[in-house]
Amino acid sequence: MRKVAMVGAGMTRFVRRALETPKELSYEAAKIALDSSGLSLDDLDCVAHGTAPDAFDGIHQNGEYMVDGSGGWNKPTMRVYVGGGTGVHAIVHGWHHVASGLFDTCLVVCEEKMSSAMPHAQGFFLTIFDSITERALEPNLLWIFALEMNRYMERYGYTKEDMALAAVNNKTNGLNHPASQFSDQVTVDDVINSEMLAYPVSRLDVSPVSDGAAAVLLAAEPVARRLTDKPVWIEGVGWSLDTAYWATRDLSYPRYLDQAARMAYEMAGIREPAKQIDIAEPYDPFDYKALHHMEGLQLSPRGRTVELLRDGHFAKDGNLPMCPSGGLLGVGNPISAAGTMKVCELFWQLRGEADQRQVPGNPRLGVAQAWGDLMQVSSVVVAGI
Amino acid sequence: MDEKIKVSGGTGLSSKDISSGKIFMTEDSLDCAYAWDTGVAINRYLSELKKARIIGTKCRKCKRVMLPPRLFCELCFIPSNEWVYLQDSGVVNTFSICYVHWDASRIGEGEKPHLPAVIEIDGASQGMGIMHLLGEVEPKHIKTGMKVQAVWKPESEREGSITDIKYFKPL
Repeated sequence: MRKVAMVGAGMTRFVRRALETPKELSYEAAKIALDSSGLSLDDLDCVAHGTAPDAFDGIHQNGEYMVDGSGGWNKPTMRVYVGGGTGVHAIVHGWHHVASGLFDTCLVVCEEKMSSAMPHAQGFFLTIFDSITERALEPNLLWIFALEMNRYMERYGYTKEDMALAAVNNKTNGLNHPASQFSDQVTVDDVINSEMLAYPVSRLDVSPVSDGAAAVLLAAEPVARRLTDKPVWIEGVGWSLDTAYWATRDLSYPRYLDQAARMAYEMAGIREPAKQIDIAEPYDPFDYKALHHMEGLQLSPRGRTVELLRDGHFAKDGNLPMCPSGGLLGVGNPISAAGTMKVCELFWQLRGEADQRQVPGNPRLGVAQAWGDLMQVSSVVVAGI
Repeated sequence: MDEKIKVSGGTGLSSKDISSGKIFMTEDSLDCAYAWDTGVAINRYLSELKKARIIGTKCRKCKRVMLPPRLFCELCFIPSNEWVYLQDSGVVNTFSICYVHWDASRIGEGEKPHLPAVIEIDGASQGMGIMHLLGEVEPKHIKTGMKVQAVWKPESEREGSITDIKYFKPL
């Protein structure tokens, strides 16, 4: 396999409801990623594209519709979708294209426009439940997260306040992100006292619905070295899919992520991730998920994560900053674009270009992760400079 | 292009932009209908639920007693065609108290919160849970580890559905 580097990145602002169409959002992100690398569309070999199920946008074969915006027309273009895991998985997907030797460059573009679905995008997730043994119970998407969060908290005796600390960490970091859809500082009390949606999930435990796009340009080693003196190497990739019989799993630990992370670390030659990784972008659609995923990523011992969080270990100036971008909780959650935003953050942080968000100490190795499907998939990318 | 530009586009709209006619919209409403065949294993599961019994399957290799029953063991990848009757009681593995509907609208005044739970059914292998609902219990009294019992619909109302169990109540 060939070495693959990230040589450009770009994204749109994340907003509750965007004027731009999915195609226009894709264009904005793709254009910045290309321009920042100095490459033109003519130089580009192929496109890896990620977006939600068609029912979300109400556009059948959405990837084909989007092709002009993602720069993919008249090129080998392929769409990938693994639920919330898509944004990081699309990077893995693009990595294959270049690492295999088939292409020298690949533009990864992920877009999501959640505001079009009426009355609420959440309704379109109901069809992930088993059509016969679960949907007859008229489930609500929030149920599975509330059930998992409760199990995680019960297992280790964590409180609502403990979980809120993660929300505050990420939301505070996000205030410095130019793409963030938030502008107000949030406190632990704000999170705990926000409206109870589905115990133990309160409104501010959850990331918002958003519209947005993000893109990353990948290149093979010789091309990458020609384009930039600061290529950010993709050191390892991993992914895993657990059983769809989700109610039969141990919900307190993300086994699928354990497997995906170990695969990526092995490829990257990382033996002690908690010591070697400098920055982490765990997937955080809910505050508990950031912590749950830090454990699955082998970056925090099971059941000790809240203690480390309280000690400042995961703060921006801590030993292992968690979600320096602000994450989904602090920037926004246009699903597949949110995962790619995390990889963009690694690109900018490792190059020392993260402006006000820049973590101190010249980070050299970072990990980004996304999670989805029926709480069963994880995709992991390890990047280094 | 300025190298510092990393974010562009994503023009936020307010509801006023739409109500004032500043921007335009088109609308459509899709009507999708489906009818799902229940499959070999679940068909038997549902036919037993109609008789107020819970049935699972056992894998002869890994010895797991699985719920919902399945035609094959996904771990050993061999047929799992030994049928085992289970209890209609179990233990609450985890639960939620839900105040919103599927479309994120809030439950109405006087409407009771929904009480979904993962219930590990007695007689199945440890950790083999199903998603169902709790009932006849005050939300504040629900605990993980609580023993619960299925409350069945009367025979005349049972139709071979997971909803033939109305809910699980504390034992």
